[in-house]
Amino acid sequence: METVLFPVALVSGLGLIFGLILSYASVKFEVKVDDRIAKVREALPGANCGACGFSGCDNYAEAIVNGAEINRCPVGGPELVAKLSDIMGVENQAGEKMVARVMCQGSWDKVNIKFDYDGIMDCRSAASMSGGPSSCVYGCVGMGSCKKACAFGAITVENGLARIDETKCTGCGKCIAECPKLIIKLVPARSGYSVACSNEEKGAVARKNCKVACIACGKCVKTCPKEAITIVNFKAVIDTAKCENCGECIKVCPTGAIAKYTVLM
Amino acid sequence: MREIVLIAITAIFVENFVLSKFLGICPFLGVSKKTSTAVGMGGAIIFVITISSTVTWVINEYLLIPNDLTYLQTIVFILVIAALVQLVETVMKKFMPPLYRALGIYLPLITTNCAVLGSALLIAERKYTFLQAVVFGFSAAVGFTLALVLFSGVRERIETNDIPVAFRGLPITLVAAALVSVAFFGFQGLFGI
Repeated sequence: METVLFPVALVSGLGLIFGLILSYASVKFEVKVDDRIAKVREALPGANCGACGFSGCDNYAEAIVNGAEINRCPVGGPELVAKLSDIMGVENQAGEKMVARVMCQGSWDKVNIKFDYDGIMDCRSAASMSGGPSSCVYGCVGMGSCKKACAFGAITVENGLARIDETKCTGCGKCIAECPKLIIKLVPARSGYSVACSNEEKGAVARKNCKVACIACGKCVKTCPKEAITIVNFKAVIDTAKCENCGECIKVCPTGAIAKYTVLM
Repeated sequence: MREIVLIAITAIFVENFVLSKFLGICPFLGVSKKTSTAVGMGGAIIFVITISSTVTWVINEYLLIPNDLTYLQTIVFILVIAALVQLVETVMKKFMPPLYRALGIYLPLITTNCAVLGSALLIAERKYTFLQAVVFGFSAAVGFTLALVLFSGVRERIETNDIPVAFRGLPITLVAAALVSVAFFGFQGLFGI
């Protein structure tokens, strides 16, 4: 009995002593922190993506309590801003929920291939070689730099074209900064149609380089009942503030440059 | 003196914890993606292993061996290491906030690291003296950091290369780790150890 009791007593005694030391230390060496920091940190999504401009959610939580704006986290969206405004007692600065969209449909089968690219799998390097292997110098390079930048796994690259899963997209905008062609744009999540083309060349040239390019024919401009579409630099642009998702434009587009998206909210 | 230097060199190169004893593979693969995080983790691990080797040596020598309880080593050492890391974290938060920030999440991660426990157990098994134990713990951790930082360099280069699809991700990482490990086997037999 003795041989069992002593070791048990020793280990539990050690545990007890360490426990006492730790609890003493936690009181003695307590660092006073604003308890709102913990609350704000709890409310933040914890993605640590850095889209707010701070390194990680912990730092942003600290910055908020020290007076930073509460609407800088695109991941949490309007609900988060509402929650934070409760905690911090400042007015709600919520914006609209945004998602990123690739304004291009030029997969390898829609464009001509100028040359076989065999270098580093990075869009910036590929694009520096006479505008990339695709015949459309405005289009997606397809090396997946945006996919690497996405912390939420929302981007897939298939057949030389990046696609964003909008249910996973948080609108943090990291992919936008990564794209050398600047063809990823933030749009409100309620928008159901976008001109998925970024080509700014004249219709004939654009069409020659890509089967689904916008040729600036203007049919959608005439058809749109809300006058939400304009042609800028030989490319149709939908004003998301005026667009009501009626879908008339997509019916008349001769090249298929306008794409339909699932409306999320 | 000669013996101390030998222990240090052996622990760093010949018996490298990661590359020849296969301890602490989890942080080796987990935090070696970038050199900066590898250095952070290395700093934290040097700190913890040195202190825990010292404390577990004292406990082993004055508590376990006299009472003939060396079979309790594993459980007692785990207890000591966990409590110690917690204590160090609390104290550091109060008195050394910059260091606390620099080590960040790596410190609590180390609590359950097998390299820390491995170091304590090896010291007990080899019956090192106090000085030898401290030197061994410190050098083993330096070896760990060396492996981590070297390997992060390798991985940063892997990142920019065109790897066959089947090897992308973890497979190529493990192949590279094996190659680095083989390179370290070149130290076997150094000074006839």
